[in-house]
Amino acid sequence: MTLLIPQRPKEADGELVVVPARHPWRWAGAALVLVLLAQFVHGLATNPGWDWPTFFGYFLEESVVEALLLTVELTLAGAVLGFLGGIPLAAMRLSPNPVLSAVSWTFIWVFRSVPLLVQLLFWANLGYLYETLQVGVPFGPGWSFPTVNLISSFGAALLGLALHEAAYAGEVIRAGLLSVDQGQHEAAAALGIPKWRQFRRIVLPQAMRAILPNAANLLISLLKSTSMVYILAIGELFYQVQVIYGRNGRVVPLLMVATVWYVILTALLSILQYYTERHFARGALRTLPPTPFQRLKAALRR
Amino acid sequence: MIELTGVHKSFGSVEVLRGIDLTARAGTVTVILGPSGSGKSTLLRCINHLEKVDRGTVRVDGELIGYRQTGDRLHELGERQILRQRAGIGFVFQNFNLFPHLTALQNVAEAQISALGRYKGVANERAHELLGLVGLGDRAGAYPRQLSGGQQQRVAIARALALDPKLILFDEPTSALDPELVGEVLDVLHALARAGTTMIVVTHEIGFAREAADTVVFMDSGRIVEQGPPHEVLDNPRHERTRAFLSKVLV
Repeated sequence: MTLLIPQRPKEADGELVVVPARHPWRWAGAALVLVLLAQFVHGLATNPGWDWPTFFGYFLEESVVEALLLTVELTLAGAVLGFLGGIPLAAMRLSPNPVLSAVSWTFIWVFRSVPLLVQLLFWANLGYLYETLQVGVPFGPGWSFPTVNLISSFGAALLGLALHEAAYAGEVIRAGLLSVDQGQHEAAAALGIPKWRQFRRIVLPQAMRAILPNAANLLISLLKSTSMVYILAIGELFYQVQVIYGRNGRVVPLLMVATVWYVILTALLSILQYYTERHFARGALRTLPPTPFQRLKAALRR
Repeated sequence: MIELTGVHKSFGSVEVLRGIDLTARAGTVTVILGPSGSGKSTLLRCINHLEKVDRGTVRVDGELIGYRQTGDRLHELGERQILRQRAGIGFVFQNFNLFPHLTALQNVAEAQISALGRYKGVANERAHELLGLVGLGDRAGAYPRQLSGGQQQRVAIARALALDPKLILFDEPTSALDPELVGEVLDVLHALARAGTTMIVVTHEIGFAREAADTVVFMDSGRIVEQGPPHEVLDNPRHERTRAFLSKVLV
């Protein structure tokens, strides 16, 4: 079952002919899987329960697209804030200062422990716990604001997502930094390269190799976690399809609308992941393998 | 000139260096021999403060390394000053420790730019020159993983030379190499020695010590057992332990 066409063995000059081994069970296995797959696709097309006309009617409907944009917004803002929070968390956790390390450990422990859904409800009810929030000099003068004005339900959702994300991102970044060989730190130190530059130019690019696959996992998981903020009545994708099927009762096709959009967004993120990983693979592989596009182009040229 | 007085270093309860006194004049080659675990590498790492000494002092050209003296107290220097001192002391590692995501040229240029503040163009020009010097003028664009061990170590030597150091420390520069690649690295070391580079070399290459060294130092269990010109230490060792070691190495 190889895609490459093997060259015809030479027979002319009396050499022995090599006959590749046959694999009949591979063919049988492939045939079985293809039959099952065809059955499934046939079911998708013919079962009226999927209700494709409704699906297509709502797929690009204005309220759905608006909700989709809000989902993307929540994902991106949550990821940016989460990773910005994760960097100091990782740095603190790796710090020789026991206070910083313990604070970071505790933060990560707490925010990985509390389920996101529970956390979101906490943030939404912050105004009940603290009626006003104050900014100012510790134990000194300050300015206070009513909590309800300061934290909207969107703000609560973003806060919850970002803090949740930061706890995980901190660990992902720490894992990446730990994966860089001690010899690299030593070589950079022995050359007298300034500390910040050591981090940015020597350690981080190598750590990125280990950070990226996990970070992509985290980002994709965050994309889907945004569906949980429906609990705060924020009009993101999942909330919006619920509103629509609450009105017209077409549950399955509308869930499919949300599902297909999540699949598309995940596909886009996966492509982004592929090319970012490739960028940071410089020097790690002797030669980079061709991208799927390059492979396709090469196959067509033949 | 490099001057070590009474250097002690322990890792936990293990005393690795037990009072090392060593002097190396500028422009000379000092080769340190000794069985593994005798503290050779630790001694080298103390000279550029990769390891902190517990007691004793290290001076390079009269400058105390890692500390500032006021009266009878030694205050540890800040990160920035230590990095500045390290830039003046080259270090070549057993495992090369090249930066794998940078090309050979970038490896040699990096510290020139960030530690010495050279302009990128100047640094690249110097890097090209040094890669030519170690015989790799045509591999400037290669990444370390595309180079053989011997080539990688030569890039690492060029990287150390790029900062115009007062002194270069070599920590078993040929120990991680296949036998047929040792020669090309030793050739570079010989050339540097002839050019009057101040070098301290930890190695098991007795031949190199015999030909290139001004002083051979034999260490065992954290102490210097004997030192002197190669023909004395290698051919007429006074100490029983030196003789036992050499008889095993010079089979």
